[in-house]
Amino acid sequence: MSKSVLLCSVLLLLVPAGAGAQAQQSEKETTEARLKALEEQVRALQTLVESLRAAAEEAKVAPPPPGATIAPLISGGTAPVNAPGEGGASLPVYGGAPMGAKLLNPDISAIGDVLGSVGKNKVRPVPLFELHEMEVGLQAIIDPYARGDVFISFGETGVSVEEAYMTFTSLPGGFVARAGKMRAAFGQVNTIHNHALPTIERPLVTENLVGGEDGIDDTGISVTRILPAPKGLFLEGTGQVFRGDSGDVSTSPLFTSSRRRDASVVGHLRAFRDLTDSTNLDLGFSYARGHNDLGDPFITQLFGIDTTYRWRPLRRAIYNSFLFRNEFVWSHREQVANLQRAFGLYSFAEYRLNRRWTVAGRFDRSGRSRFSSLTDTGFSTILTYWPSEFAQIRGQYRYTRYAQQGDANELRFQFLYVLGAHGAHPF
Amino acid sequence: MSRSRFVKAAIILLGALLAGLLPVPATAASKLRVVGSTQDLAALAQEVGGDRVEVEFIGRGYQDPHFVEPKPSFLLILRHADLLISVGLQLEIGWLPPLITQCGNPRIQVGAPGNLEAGQFAEILEIPTGVVTRAMGDVHPLGNPHFWLDPENGLRIAKGIEGKLSELRSADAAYFAQRYEDFAKRLKEAEKRWDVQMKPFRGRKVVTYHRSWPNFAKSFGLDVVGYIEPRPGIPPTPSHVVEIINQMRRDKVKVILVEPYFDLKTPQSIARETGGQVVVLMPSVGGDKPITDYFKLFDYDIGLLVRAFQAAQ
Repeated sequence: MSKSVLLCSVLLLLVPAGAGAQAQQSEKETTEARLKALEEQVRALQTLVESLRAAAEEAKVAPPPPGATIAPLISGGTAPVNAPGEGGASLPVYGGAPMGAKLLNPDISAIGDVLGSVGKNKVRPVPLFELHEMEVGLQAIIDPYARGDVFISFGETGVSVEEAYMTFTSLPGGFVARAGKMRAAFGQVNTIHNHALPTIERPLVTENLVGGEDGIDDTGISVTRILPAPKGLFLEGTGQVFRGDSGDVSTSPLFTSSRRRDASVVGHLRAFRDLTDSTNLDLGFSYARGHNDLGDPFITQLFGIDTTYRWRPLRRAIYNSFLFRNEFVWSHREQVANLQRAFGLYSFAEYRLNRRWTVAGRFDRSGRSRFSSLTDTGFSTILTYWPSEFAQIRGQYRYTRYAQQGDANELRFQFLYVLGAHGAHPF
Repeated sequence: MSRSRFVKAAIILLGALLAGLLPVPATAASKLRVVGSTQDLAALAQEVGGDRVEVEFIGRGYQDPHFVEPKPSFLLILRHADLLISVGLQLEIGWLPPLITQCGNPRIQVGAPGNLEAGQFAEILEIPTGVVTRAMGDVHPLGNPHFWLDPENGLRIAKGIEGKLSELRSADAAYFAQRYEDFAKRLKEAEKRWDVQMKPFRGRKVVTYHRSWPNFAKSFGLDVVGYIEPRPGIPPTPSHVVEIINQMRRDKVKVILVEPYFDLKTPQSIARETGGQVVVLMPSVGGDKPITDYFKLFDYDIGLLVRAFQAAQ
């Protein structure tokens, strides 16, 4: 039907009005010739449409052929896409530029961390309720050679970039390099984001010796490589150079740079071994050095050892697991009158009771970097409930005996929730 | 520490890093080193690659493939790999990306020739339509990733692996093609055998713990009428358990299929209430000791199912 309509339309358009007989005859011939040509074109188009329709139907019905050519069923970037004006039976899409435009967007996530506290702590008081942090993550592969990760922390007192770095994944020689702002590879807990901590707050030793909640988190470059080792032993070395500004600036600055050459450095050596299919041992040695807040000639050095034992039965990994972690930190802080040598540690154990519940305990003891003769001690018990993989509710009782400042007893609560696609963290 | 001691320490650290540049003795230089993210993919790669490949894997067959720990020891496997074959469809999203990023091996990075997602070759079921939210549980937006449990998909994946191995080692292309043809022939014969075994039980209704079996059910004619998980990844709640019990009674369902990594307590209590039985079906090669290859996976599972259905009659 469409063919005849088209032909009629063409005829109507081509028929001239009020011309002479000869001219009419000649025009008639021309018209007939045109008509024939048009007819042929329409026929060819009709054949093409039919063959395309048949091919489309075939593609819908036929399962992917097991032999011969492999045709991807899931696009994954390989499915052909019609360019504008190149045909395709679908209607144009207005307004949304839907999936195509979103495909190259980074994975976006937001993690909410809401805290509540009751009890008494005169040394480090916290409010009854606080939106501790809303971490927004943007993660994507940049190009064939690198990926990018950005984590922005929104809090009630401001916004900060927790991490923003690119990772070069295709370097020769097995090196993996990072450039940007990142949490330094000092020990274990310093590398962990707040929402991924197994407790509500960081250990005392972090508060007293390793720069408070922010820890060593600075802008610089990092190079990591797996080192040769006997079979079965994983050995990895990391070297990092930072600008030299780390720690919680308002409460416990760790490194402070006033000139370009005041860079800080961090080194980490990690050894890991599977003891059995279900158990493994992780051992790390860390070193950090930078100028402290007293000015150029004054250096602070940190030495750390971390050990982690894990048990996670493979057949029941989602129900039961056990982790035992210790970190020891020695701080050497140069001050006007003397060198302050402080030591701190924490010891943490966690047991997963079942798919929803986890119990944990932590012992803390730490000197203070500025007054090493003062030592704070404390312990915590933690109970965590997981409604799903994407939310957790945690309660923690914390007792702390602050040197010369009395005791603190607190009951703290945490509500954590994950929106969107938050990438997995390194082990 | 004085400046000179600091410089010494920095030199030692740098030396240790550079020491890593020393060549590591290769175990089998002439073979392509293939790593499967699961044992199933490793088994298929072994079928096609024969003795021209050295195959290793990360997730074990009796392990929940959603929750493998990205341990540093896996980096030792990945750092020398020529080819990494993953399931895809976000099955390994919680553990494989950091391993790929950290391994320092450019050959297997996403987009590199040595990175192959098996999902692109398979028939994918349960692709969600409409709005996808976490209210649906730990749903896979790109479709159900347990596709290898259909032998036809096994064949398609093997073909994809053959293509990739031939691309990486063109000198052995004829060998890989011959291996694939042999595998395809044996699988077609085995499929006939499995179909005969399952024929009397086609259309049987079953309940499964997780949504691991849509491809298997489609291939062997099972009708999955319910799940013990109320939503994928959400542990069973008392109210949902009651619903499932009622449904099993109403539909006369006598068989509950459970993966080896789920707790049997709830399925067994449901089975007691409904007079049914729990069958621990293996979703992967290596799930149990006798399951050493792709053929034995179906031999094992179909044997279990046949016995369970016969007992239920």
